[in-house]
Amino acid sequence: MAVDQQVLTQQLAGLDALEESQGRRRITAGQLWRKTWPKLAALALALVLWQLVVESGWREEYVLPAPATVLAKLGEIVTTNSFWAGVGVTARRAAVGFGLAVVVGGFVGALVATIRPLRVAVGALITGLQTMPSIAWFPLAILLFQLSEGAITFVVVLGAAPSIANGLIGGIDHVPPILVRAGRMLGAKGPTLFRHVILPAAMPSCLAGLKQGWAFAWRSLMAGELLVLLGVPSIGARLQAGREFSDAPLLLAMMIVVLVIGIVVDGLFGMADHRLRRRRGLVDTAT
Amino acid sequence: MTMTEPRVPGTPAKAGIAVKIDGVSKRYPTGVVALDDINLTVGVGEFVCLVGASGCGKSTLLTLIAGLDHPTVGEIVVPGGRPTLLFQEAALLPWQTASGNVELALRLRGIAKAERRAKAAELLELVHLGGMGERRPHELSGGMRQRVALARALAQEPDILLMDEPFGALDAMTRDLLHDELERIWSETGKTIIFVTHNVREAARLGDRIVLLTSRPGRVAAEFPVDIARPRRIESPPVSSLAGDVTAALRREVARHGR
Repeated sequence: MAVDQQVLTQQLAGLDALEESQGRRRITAGQLWRKTWPKLAALALALVLWQLVVESGWREEYVLPAPATVLAKLGEIVTTNSFWAGVGVTARRAAVGFGLAVVVGGFVGALVATIRPLRVAVGALITGLQTMPSIAWFPLAILLFQLSEGAITFVVVLGAAPSIANGLIGGIDHVPPILVRAGRMLGAKGPTLFRHVILPAAMPSCLAGLKQGWAFAWRSLMAGELLVLLGVPSIGARLQAGREFSDAPLLLAMMIVVLVIGIVVDGLFGMADHRLRRRRGLVDTAT
Repeated sequence: MTMTEPRVPGTPAKAGIAVKIDGVSKRYPTGVVALDDINLTVGVGEFVCLVGASGCGKSTLLTLIAGLDHPTVGEIVVPGGRPTLLFQEAALLPWQTASGNVELALRLRGIAKAERRAKAAELLELVHLGGMGERRPHELSGGMRQRVALARALAQEPDILLMDEPFGALDAMTRDLLHDELERIWSETGKTIIFVTHNVREAARLGDRIVLLTSRPGRVAAEFPVDIARPRRIESPPVSSLAGDVTAALRREVARHGR
């Protein structure tokens, strides 16, 4: 038996070694370049097209300035303290609004996904809210909160929370039943089962909901900052200032800032999503 | 390891009843009768294999013993202690490492955080996966995943292991080795095992007793004691011969449905 045991151990180890998946791959400079050059090319193409439109004389230069002018203006404003103060104000509003939306959307989503009558009652309503343009909330928000931070936060939360709730509900609906059974067999039930099995299993869809929720929050916030001016130098307020003073280069520069922030945050969500899928073996490593 | 005394086949290692199934029927809301008047007693430390064609309610029976569902009629008592169920799919949590899966079982049992890691490593060592603790399920082969699932089940310190075709999806070579492995763990730990399979040879290789179930509805058709000394080999003549007898009975049973 002792010898048999050793043989068995060796045979198992042999099989395991043979079935070993290929080692993890590292990101090389070449791979990085392959991912980067199409983006740079697209950016260059956009700038060239912009320049061509300007040169065609379709609009006066003071209305539609050339890319070089706008980029120079952008370079100039990013060195000022007031610009970064404005970015700070907007970022704080975004963080507070999105954070509240995560709490509200997560709570509502978890309840609706797990309590059947509640699902029947408000499931469709959540989807309805998701499709509602956030700007349509502003008149009510201003009535309720006057021209205040509260009005902006209210609309940001209402913009983002339905997507977050729906992402969580969809994720919970698609949790493989076998994992739930396995969790119950391990002795998990109620909140413990939710925390250790259902929520992590729902995470990919939940993350997609968070990403979409962020997009809605960012749009709502920009709309809010244009409508609700509080004398604070936020990004939206500067955009509005660009229009009021017919400062086209400033206006376009601020639009680029809005775009870049949107892309950066979306990229962060993308990275989180990729990491999550890689850990679960959902990324094809063959390519 | 010292030589363990081969058990006398067909008799429990310890006295006592692990599972008693008394007149159990299961009817689903769709009207399907999965099980019809099942009577079965499993002794403590016994290794019983349930064999049957598709639709014999083998899995349903395990689910009922595990307490994940309740019989429509009849009663199941489990005086042999805590059961746990292993599925055909390993059903590991894909976001956890191998060790993390085992540690969760320990955590849900209330084991202190400080002890979990070492205990999980010990259990993975027991299924010959020492050093694989940081792998995630997708980085393991099917056989390795099943062994992690076994380690996770053992982490619950169950007295009864309910196994639902756990090796059904594995290649023959891996399956053979896991038979040796399971037999070893069974003889070392003295747990009661109820093992569902459609593979008759596997049943003859592993069981103290083979219970043949009929299909639609599931009833106990016949029982075969396995009087073959351990350790056994799946290709040995006595195992093949017994498998032949059980297969003949199973075919007669299946043929009834062909008319």
